[in-house]
This record gives sequence, C-alpha cells and structure tokens, in this order.
Amino acid sequence: MLHIINKSPFENSTLDSCLRIAKSGGAVLLIEDAVFAATKGSAAESKIKQAMAGMKVYALQPDLAARGVADRVIDGVTLVDYAGFVDLVAENPKLQSWL
Amino acid sequence: MMDEMDMEEGGVVKKFMFVNRKAPHGTIYALEGLEVVLISAAFDQDVSLAFCDDGVYELKKGQDTKGIGVKNFSPTYRALEGYDIEKLYVEKESLEARGLTEDDLLVDVQVLSSAELGALMDEQDVVISF
Amino acid sequence: MSFEINGKTYETDEEGYLVNLSDWNEDAAKHLAVEEKVELTDQHWEVINFLREYYNDYQIAPAVRVLTKAIGKKLGPEKGNSKYLYELFPYGPAKQACKIAGLPKPTGCI
Repeated sequence: MLHIINKSPFENSTLDSCLRIAKSGGAVLLIEDAVFAATKGSAAESKIKQAMAGMKVYALQPDLAARGVADRVIDGVTLVDYAGFVDLVAENPKLQSWL
Repeated sequence: MMDEMDMEEGGVVKKFMFVNRKAPHGTIYALEGLEVVLISAAFDQDVSLAFCDDGVYELKKGQDTKGIGVKNFSPTYRALEGYDIEKLYVEKESLEARGLTEDDLLVDVQVLSSAELGALMDEQDVVISF
Repeated sequence: MSFEINGKTYETDEEGYLVNLSDWNEDAAKHLAVEEKVELTDQHWEVINFLREYYNDYQIAPAVRVLTKAIGKKLGPEKGNSKYLYELFPYGPAKQACKIAGLPKPTGCI
C-alpha cells in the first residue's frame, strides 16, 4: 500500500498520523511541503528514520529542489521524479492520501 | 505616486508586522504575503517581517522551481532592501527544528528567540499574518 | 491579443504587456515602443536594460520610487530622478518602460 503525504511535518500532524497507522511493509511518498520531513537535521528526521525500518520512504525530487533542500535528503530516502510517482501509484493497488 | 504624497501629508506612521508562517511553494500564502509587503512599502510605514514555523523556508537559499513549473519568487526577498524594508526577523527555534542556520538564508536577518519575537509582536500597531 | 514580427508571434495581455517574458527581444521592444509612441534612444535603452537586469536579479518589476533610487545609484543622480525618467517615458517610467522591456506590470504601481 502507498501512503502519500503533502503537508509539512511542522504545521500538520498528518505525518505522525500516517506513521502511526500505516502497516509496515508499505511505502510512504512525501510530496509538496511534506518533503521537508525528508531533510537531515530537521526535527522530523528521527521519525522518518524510524519509519524506514518497516517501510520504504520516497520523496518527490522536483519538490525538494523547488524548496532548496535537495542536497540534504536523509540517507535511505529514495528520490523519484513525476514518472516515478506514476510508477509508484501504478505498482501499489491501494493508496491513501493523507490530506 | 499621488497616493504616496497624500500619505506623507497625513503623517501617520504605524508599526506593521507581517508574520510569515507558511512554506513557499505548497500554498499561495508566502507569495501573496510578499506582494502585500511590497505594496505596503508605497505607504511609508514602519514595516517589519517575521518568519517563523515553516515561513523560515521562504528564505532558504538555492530554491529551484523549474521542476514544478511555478515562479521562483525567492530572489524577490533580496529586493526588499531597495524598498526600504530592512527589518527581517527569524525565530531561532523554528530554524533549529528544521536543521537550518542563518547561513542557509538568502538575506540578512536578525535571529530572535520565541520570547523576543513575541515581545516585538506585542509592540506593533498592526500584525498581519500569512 | 498578439503581434507578429518576421514570422514570430508575440502574445500580449489586454493592456499590451508581453505574456511570455522569454519572448522578449529587441524587435519586440521596438514594436512595443512604437505602440507606446516612444522613440527609442540610447537613454531609453539604458533604462530598459537596467529594468531587465533588475527583473533578472529580483523577479519583480520595481515600483517607480525604487527604480528612481536604483537608477541614481547605478547611472548617477542626474538620471536618478522622476523628471528624467518621465521625460523618457511620459506615461510613467514603471508602466511604460516595463512594458517595452517585456516585464510584467510592477507590483505596487498605483
């Protein structure tokens, strides 16, 4: 199952909710303002690292670049472009968008 | 131009603080806030900008929006000085929570603690939030 | 709305500003100047090029007051005043010069 998060981890608790509820073995894709969660040194780093123990974590590269943080992505987070985004959606039969 | 002169004759200068709390490209708040600030410069008021929470990301160096097809307005913050808007405050706690330091920012700012920023906010005549 | 020079089409908005900044070139500037009834001299080009540089740096068209000050700093006080700029661009340096320079309408231009 693929979980998509688009809200910043600092102003919205969707990342916490998702990581609490999502079953391990699934995938999490961070897009739009949620990509800040994938950056080193941020207060969300430990949550993402913890999540990576049981899930695959992806982040949308163009959104990281747009926000000037593409050079500080946490090791182990997989970057995808728009085509990769489509592949993830196609590969996963179920999808939850944490709006 | 006429309106500017009228304001000067009025002679009322108020302290305006624009509080920026949103990351730049996920929503329209940051850009709208910046445009309002630029327009406010025409009225010769005492304008200051505060950046806290995700608003600190508005000032992050190295933004490149080509891949998401929206305007990169981050260079415009560097134009504020030319508009005589020189009071830029950034909350220290918000920077730290995001793994950022003053060196990551594209303009000179004054870094304040939450308490200091709160005190400054309290001194304003008008606080406008984006 | 649009105009055409040498087979190339330039799209404009209802006020005559170029829609795509990247379309701008000297031909387009000359056409826009004719529409504005401005005869381009070296002094005009100096301001136009300044505006394009400013836009390139800051991603906005400056307000008149800011333009005047910045021109004074770069090209000297005899050029950094409203009188000089209004003589070159009678309908307003920000509006008219920005249009010819292919920039969007200035923010905060009243």
